[in-house]
Amino acid sequence: MTAAKTSPLLLDVKNVTVTFGGLNAVDGARLALEDNQLLGFIGPNGAGKTTLMRAIIGMLTPSSGQIILDGQDISNRRLVDRINLGMALAQQIIKPLKDMTLLDNVALAAGGNKLLSPIKAMIHRSRQHEQDIAHGLLTEVGLADAIYKYPAELPLGFLKRLEVARALARQPKVLLLDEPLAGLSIKEAEDMADLIMGLPCKGRGVILIEHNLSQVRRICKTLYVQNNGRPLAFGATDDVLEKREVQMAYLGKSE
Amino acid sequence: MAYEMIVLTNMLIAILFAQSLNLITGFCGQVSLGHAAFLGIGAYTSAMLTKAGWPLAATFIPAMVIAGMIGMIVGAASLRVRHDFLAITTMGVSFLFTGIIRKQDMLGGEMGIAGIPAAYGGRVGLLLMTLCLTILFIIIMIYVKRSWMGYVFESIAEDEDTAGVLGIDVRRFKLFAFVLGTAGAGLAGALYAHQVRFIGPDSFGFVESVTVLSMVIVGGIGSIWGVTIAAALLSVMPQFFQVIDDYKLLVYGMLLFFAMRFMPDGLGGLAKRFRQNRNPDSSSERSQA
Ligand SMILES: Nc1ncnc2c1ncn2[C@@H]1O[C@H](COP(=O)(O)OP(=O)(O)OP(=O)(O)O)[C@@H](O)[C@H]1O
Ligand SMILES: [Mg+2]
Repeated sequence: MTAAKTSPLLLDVKNVTVTFGGLNAVDGARLALEDNQLLGFIGPNGAGKTTLMRAIIGMLTPSSGQIILDGQDISNRRLVDRINLGMALAQQIIKPLKDMTLLDNVALAAGGNKLLSPIKAMIHRSRQHEQDIAHGLLTEVGLADAIYKYPAELPLGFLKRLEVARALARQPKVLLLDEPLAGLSIKEAEDMADLIMGLPCKGRGVILIEHNLSQVRRICKTLYVQNNGRPLAFGATDDVLEKREVQMAYLGKSE
Repeated sequence: MAYEMIVLTNMLIAILFAQSLNLITGFCGQVSLGHAAFLGIGAYTSAMLTKAGWPLAATFIPAMVIAGMIGMIVGAASLRVRHDFLAITTMGVSFLFTGIIRKQDMLGGEMGIAGIPAAYGGRVGLLLMTLCLTILFIIIMIYVKRSWMGYVFESIAEDEDTAGVLGIDVRRFKLFAFVLGTAGAGLAGALYAHQVRFIGPDSFGFVESVTVLSMVIVGGIGSIWGVTIAAALLSVMPQFFQVIDDYKLLVYGMLLFFAMRFMPDGLGGLAKRFRQNRNPDSSSERSQA
C-alpha cells in the first residue's frame, strides 16, 4: 500500500467482497483513505465501483471483509449509524426528492438530530438555520439561482450538483462521490473538479469515482483502480496510470 | 334532529379515523389494509371499560394506548416489508383481529358487545365530544405536517432509500407514524362504540379497512383537507344510498382502484393543480409557506 503510513487512516476497507447471486461484484477490495486526502477511484464500467461505495456506506451487506471508519469497526452498523458517524454518499444515479425545492432537499440533510429522533422532529418547526446552510452549499456548487426550483425543472448537470451539495450538508468525515462529473459540460466539469479539489480538509477525506480521466489526473494525487471487482492498483496517480495492467484493463478498453 | 345528529357524529368519527390513517399512509407513505383492526381495538377497550362503570372520557387514553401499543408491534413486524407486501401484511392484521375476537367469549365472541352505555350528555354530548376531538386531531396533523416530522415523513414517503442515505432513521420514524396513527384509530374506535352502542367483529373487518383507505386515497394521500372532505362524503353516502351499503366492498374497492389509476393525487391534488393553473408562479413560492 502507500509508503508513508504516518497519517492516521480515516477509512480502511479490508478485503470486502459483495456477492449478487453467486457473482462477486466486488471481490476482496482493499483501499485506505487518509485524512485530508482526495482519492481517485477508477475502473471500467461494471468494475464494481458503485457496489463498493454502497457496501462502505451500508446500503448493502458485504459477504465478507471489514470497514473501519476512523479506527472504529463499522462493518456491522446499519446505514443510518454509519451516516451519522460521518459518512456521506453522492450517488451516481441521482436521487433528488422531487416534491421539494433544491433548498429543502439540501436543508433536510442538514437536520442533524431531528433526523434521528421523532420527538425532536415534532417539536422543531423552523427550517431557517438549515436553509441558511443549504443556501451556502448550493451557492458553493453554483446553484444559487435555482434554490427555489423543483428537481423536475432542472437538467441533469444541475441535479448532479444538488446531489453533491446534499452530501456536503452532512458535514462528512468521509465523503464518497460517485461520478459527480458525469452529465456535466466540459466547463461545468472543470468547475466541479475545482470545487472537489477543495473539499478535503483537516478531518475530511474524499473518494472520487470518475470516468473523466483528465480531471482525475488533474486533481487526484492518489488513485485506486478496480477491475472485475478486484483491486488492480493503488498508489500515486502517475505511477498507477503507468502500469501496464491498468492501461490494459482501463485505458485500452473504455474511453 | 336526532337523525341529523347521528349522521354528523358518524361523519366526524369517519374523519378522525381517516386522518389517523392519513398519518401513516399519506404522510409517511406506508399503505395499510388493516386499519379497521385498530378502530376495533379502541372500540372494544372503551366499551369494556364503560360497561365496567368508567366514564367514556376516561377510556380515551387506555383505548389509544392499547391500540398504539399493538400498532407498534404490527409496525415493527412490518418494517422490513414494503409496498405490496406491506399491504398484504396489514391485510393479515385485519383478518387476525376479527378471527381472534370471534373466539373470545370474554369479548362477546360472534355476538359482539351489546348494551354499551350512552355517553354523558347523550347524543348531544357525544357529538360535541367527537367534534372537539376531531378538530384537535386535525390541528395536531397540521402541526405535524409543518414540523420537521412532516418534512422527514415526506422524504420517507417519496423514497425510503434516499431518506436513509440522507441520515434519517427511517425505521424509527415509520414506527412513530404507526404508533400515532393507530392510537388515533383507537380514539375513533372509542367514540364509535358509544355512537352505535353495539359492536361486533364484523364492524372492524376488511371492508372497513378498504373503506377508510379509499377515503385517504380519494382525498389525496397526505392532504389534510382533501381527506377530510373525502371522509365526510364517503361516510354519509351509504346512509343515503342503500345500494352502496349493500355492496360496500365492491363500491369502495372500485373507488380505490379508480382513484389510484386515474387520480393519483386525489382531491387534494386536484385542488393544488387548480391553484397552480390559476397562478403559475406559485410553485416557486410554495416552500416558503
Ligand atoms: N443490485 C444488484 N443486483 C445484481 N447485480 C448487480 C447489482 N448492482 C450491481 N450489479 C452488478 O455488479 C457489477 C458491478 O456494478 P457496479 O454498478 O458496481 O459497477 P461500476 O463500477 O459502478 O460501473 P459504472 O462505471 O458503469 O458505474 C455489474 O456487473 C452489475 O451488473
Ligand atoms: Mg457506478
